Amino acid sequence: MVSKLVYNFTPFNSLIGGCIIGASIVIYFYTTGRLAGISGILANSVINKVNRSSNFFFLLGLVIGPLIYLFFTKSLGVIKITDSLMLIILGGFLVGLGTRMSGGCTSGHGICGISRISFRSFIATITFILAGIITVFILQQFGVHL
Amino acid sequence: MKDNIASLICGIIFGIGLIISGMTNPEKVLGFLSVTHNWDASLILVMFGAIFITAPMFYLLSKKSTSLLDSKITLPKIKHIDKKLLLGSVLFGIGWGLVGLCPGPAISSIALFEPITIIFIISMVLGILFNRYI
Repeated sequence: MVSKLVYNFTPFNSLIGGCIIGASIVIYFYTTGRLAGISGILANSVINKVNRSSNFFFLLGLVIGPLIYLFFTKSLGVIKITDSLMLIILGGFLVGLGTRMSGGCTSGHGICGISRISFRSFIATITFILAGIITVFILQQFGVHL
Repeated sequence: MKDNIASLICGIIFGIGLIISGMTNPEKVLGFLSVTHNWDASLILVMFGAIFITAPMFYLLSKKSTSLLDSKITLPKIKHIDKKLLLGSVLFGIGWGLVGLCPGPAISSIALFEPITIIFIISMVLGILFNRYI
């Protein structure tokens, strides 16, 4: 049973990576005075003229960061993603729509909001994690996800 | 200008955190959401690590009214739980479970040169735009 609980589990990398993400959020807040919620930064870079260039630069950094890491570790990175266009298009659309309706995603509600002890963000986080778990469970029943 | 540089640097740090934690790989995210089969708890530790840093620092910085670059500190003012929060979170959760990507890792995954993630990002932007018409 233990081996099942630790399937693919990478506790050290996850904790270190999480702390680095936390450091980024703190520096961003300290310097710009804004919260680093990625869905908000993405949405504002598309629909809002205010801070458009800095939002764009943040998104650019999100791509450059992993490139720097891969360059120095001389690796290609691992990505295992569905090849179903229907899942990709529907999933992307729902992630964009849902995060804008609720005003945040994993970073905005899940990290920034919970850190600010926002009850609203806590409820949002529990809700999207539960919805994700139920979705994966249903897809597994149909053999879509392993 | 300084705002752009700060944003770029923070984006780079955030992206490095995402790839080290493995969150740019949808398999890790779906593993976390798969609680009944081969559960991978990694994601919760990513959030724990991040909150471990941000929570005390936000508390220490909470008395400031302007940031280092002299801009006004803007924090969300809405406090109540409403239908939009719940419905939006449900829709986001479903989309997250369908593919295993949320906005940050979706953008960072461009660095992994997997063309299908571009279609995900375009769909995400369409979802963002659609929200303005409902």
